[in-house]
Amino acid sequence: MKKFFLILIILSGSFLTAKEITVSPDKAPRTLTAALMQAEDGDRIYVQPGIYREGEIVINKSVEIIGENFPVFDGESQHQLFTVEADSVVIRGLVIKDCGVSFIDDKAGIKVLETKGCVIEGNRLEGNFFGIYLAKSQGTRVINNDIRSNATSEAASGNGIHLWYCKDADIHDNRIEGHRDGIYFEFVQDGNISGNFSTKNLRYGLHFMFSDRCEYRENSFINNGAGVAVMYTKNVLMINNRFADNWGSAAFGLLLKDITDSKISGNTFSRNSIGIFAENSGRMTVEQNDFNDNGWAVKIMANCMENVFQENNFLNNSFDVATNSRNNFNRFERNYWSAYQGYDLDRDGYGDVPFRPVRLFSLIVEQNSTALVLQRSLFIDVLDMAERVLPILTPETLIDEQPALRRIPRSSGDVTAGK
Amino acid sequence: MIQISGLKKQFGKLEVLKGIDLTLNTGNVTAIVGHNGSGKTTLIKAILGLVGADSGKIFVNDTRVNGDVRYKAEIGYMPQIARFPENLTVAEIITLIKDLREEESATDDFLYDAFDLAKEADKPLRTLSGGTRQKVSAVIAFLFQPKILILDEPTAGLDPLSSSILQDKILEERRNGKTIILTSHIMSEIEALADELVYLQDGEIFYNGHLKSMLRNTGEKKLERAIARLIEGAAA
Amino acid sequence: MKALRKIIKYELQNILRSKWILIYTLFFFLLTDSLFRFGGSSGKVVLSLMNVILLIIPLVSVVFGVMYLYNSREYIELMLSQPLKRRTLFLGLYIGLTLPLTLGFLIGSGLPFLVHGVDIVAHQAIVFMLLLSGIFLTIIFVALAFLISTVHEDRVKGLGTAIISWLLFAIIYDGLILMITYMFIDYPLEKPVIALTLLNPIDLARILIMLKLDIAALMGYTGAVFEKFFAGSLGLFISFLSLILWSTLPIWIGSRMFERKDF
Repeated sequence: MKKFFLILIILSGSFLTAKEITVSPDKAPRTLTAALMQAEDGDRIYVQPGIYREGEIVINKSVEIIGENFPVFDGESQHQLFTVEADSVVIRGLVIKDCGVSFIDDKAGIKVLETKGCVIEGNRLEGNFFGIYLAKSQGTRVINNDIRSNATSEAASGNGIHLWYCKDADIHDNRIEGHRDGIYFEFVQDGNISGNFSTKNLRYGLHFMFSDRCEYRENSFINNGAGVAVMYTKNVLMINNRFADNWGSAAFGLLLKDITDSKISGNTFSRNSIGIFAENSGRMTVEQNDFNDNGWAVKIMANCMENVFQENNFLNNSFDVATNSRNNFNRFERNYWSAYQGYDLDRDGYGDVPFRPVRLFSLIVEQNSTALVLQRSLFIDVLDMAERVLPILTPETLIDEQPALRRIPRSSGDVTAGK
Repeated sequence: MIQISGLKKQFGKLEVLKGIDLTLNTGNVTAIVGHNGSGKTTLIKAILGLVGADSGKIFVNDTRVNGDVRYKAEIGYMPQIARFPENLTVAEIITLIKDLREEESATDDFLYDAFDLAKEADKPLRTLSGGTRQKVSAVIAFLFQPKILILDEPTAGLDPLSSSILQDKILEERRNGKTIILTSHIMSEIEALADELVYLQDGEIFYNGHLKSMLRNTGEKKLERAIARLIEGAAA
Repeated sequence: MKALRKIIKYELQNILRSKWILIYTLFFFLLTDSLFRFGGSSGKVVLSLMNVILLIIPLVSVVFGVMYLYNSREYIELMLSQPLKRRTLFLGLYIGLTLPLTLGFLIGSGLPFLVHGVDIVAHQAIVFMLLLSGIFLTIIFVALAFLISTVHEDRVKGLGTAIISWLLFAIIYDGLILMITYMFIDYPLEKPVIALTLLNPIDLARILIMLKLDIAALMGYTGAVFEKFFAGSLGLFISFLSLILWSTLPIWIGSRMFERKDF
């Protein structure tokens, strides 16, 4: 009997917590703040269309907030907006705009602090300093949000999606535009980042450091100020992403600095000033990527070791590989180089003459950038050819012994990430 | 009529014509003879306006040669070497010249018929023999019944029959009152055709006079010998 | 003008029937077509074709132009004994030769693009620029040839000058630019180098194409000075002005000399 009552109590309790509250401009509660006061853990709050100007909204109960037809929460350019402090909070379908710029505390559209299992999904964040800011949180899912700002200076803008000391985050299918960094990770572990589209951000489309064991799949990083920068990290997996249209003297498709034991596979690097710039990185496998129409497909510094570049397609890049030393401790194998002009008499699909992807001209341009204007001149072609026959200045061991004769088919097909 | 006075021409340091005074009358055939390099061709080219004079004057039918090209409508020229655009046909090169001249007056097709060029009319010029090209060249020179004919080695390369057809034509035009200039290496031809003889040596006129009276004066029957006499006489 | 039209008309008849113009057209056709067949993408075709255009067109145009004028010597004399202005004849010969060469190149290398198609829209602009460069280089180097053969009476000298001028524009000039950039490596040299490239039609054509092919590299280096100049409207205007000057100046000088020339 006692047991029966106990079950009854628990059941009725759970019925009670499944309460639904509707916020509406016409009928109380007229504000989300008021609704939250009434709410208890597990409640669901519907927000009807309207413009809500409530300043900061602190969510310290595990509630689900669902916007109907995108109600607008306006920070009036001075308020931090949503601050989530409870576990398992869900925020869905809101327009969150104009949190203020602050140089002291990082104001954000949505801040998630020290929680577990929150979900931020299908929101539109417009003109915020930081868009979505996660700190010391676990298992947060940030899905399908549209995050836009129109930042004009790096100092006066924050990141689109910002993670600091987080674990098991799942960031996918978001679109981020016009922030400082599109996606920023610092001390994040085991994150899963996929299907995001990051463009026109002032600095990096993706920027992370000290974030081990994260996976990046099928994201697109297009036309960001300096491309993508990843640093001081182990065990990164970057698969089927697209890095394109990052132009400028310090712009990279992908900047790798102190990255080890990682895999970069199936990505496309198109029309970047530098496709991959690798510095002090080692034991990486770079395979099955397409590098096309880049200024420099790969720039690899001499402090990079034991990296393997295999079965990549190098198509119509101004320079395929450049380096800063005659020493080379990396391997290039079975790549397809559109600049390769050898033959295949034994018909094994690989050229019989090795290919040297480092042009003498890339060294000349390194010392003497004005000379770049001579690109594709016959005079330069003759110099390059002479150096290829008898390498004196370019690294002797940076060589593809088995250059593929045909373009390498990509197992995954083309990436169609983003929207 | 062609009047030349004080004509001088220099190529680099080489004085080719050293002051030529010459009058060529209508109804006369004037043969210009001289060694290679004596200035024959340069003189002809000066009249044609192909070579510009350094000093001196040339009048062609009272028109001063000085850049205006209209006077050339009265000249028919047969160059020493006949070469034409390779892929045009005989008919086309003749039409081209007709097109350019745009003359209303009837053309003289006598030589065209006499040389029987109709059967070559559709052949590309590159396939023709030197003799046939020479015939085409002659046809073009006589085509517009010009008042002046300048013929540079006209019978060179022609077969004997064609050669005599051309010679007869020249004599006929002379009777028609044309001014005719002729150069030739064949002395018998000059004897047969020319009224006047101009002997050029080193850019100067060494002799200018009636051919017949020269033969008479030197007492020689052959022109070669007569000319040799002239030169000896000058040396002595 | 009437006379000019007539000269051109017969000149075209003559040249269009000749074997070499057919060979020239076929050369470009077979080359471009086989590039498509073996090279695959239009991007790679463009790259290989660019080298051919920058080298072969100037060489063929200048050598051929010189030879052509020397071989037309007797024809020229015949024409000049007609009541025909010298300038008219000169221009007629020039246009009559340039037009078939241009057409031969355009048809030869353009047809394969029409057949195989240009796979990327961005490449269309490059193909357009390639064809335009080819046209300009033909016009310019035939003009140069006409100037050269008018200056040099001796055909061996003329041919030598033609080949040397090709070497100069196609190769040596770039070597000199490279030397200059090393000699003054500590100075900002972009602007003088731009000025130098404006003086060489092959360089100019090369850069106009390169701007499309290597834009990513150009933007990465040199503070994008080249890109700013050549892609800007003023730079583009100056570039084309220079190409037009190169197309007209030699033929204008040549025609002035032709008018005074002794044959």
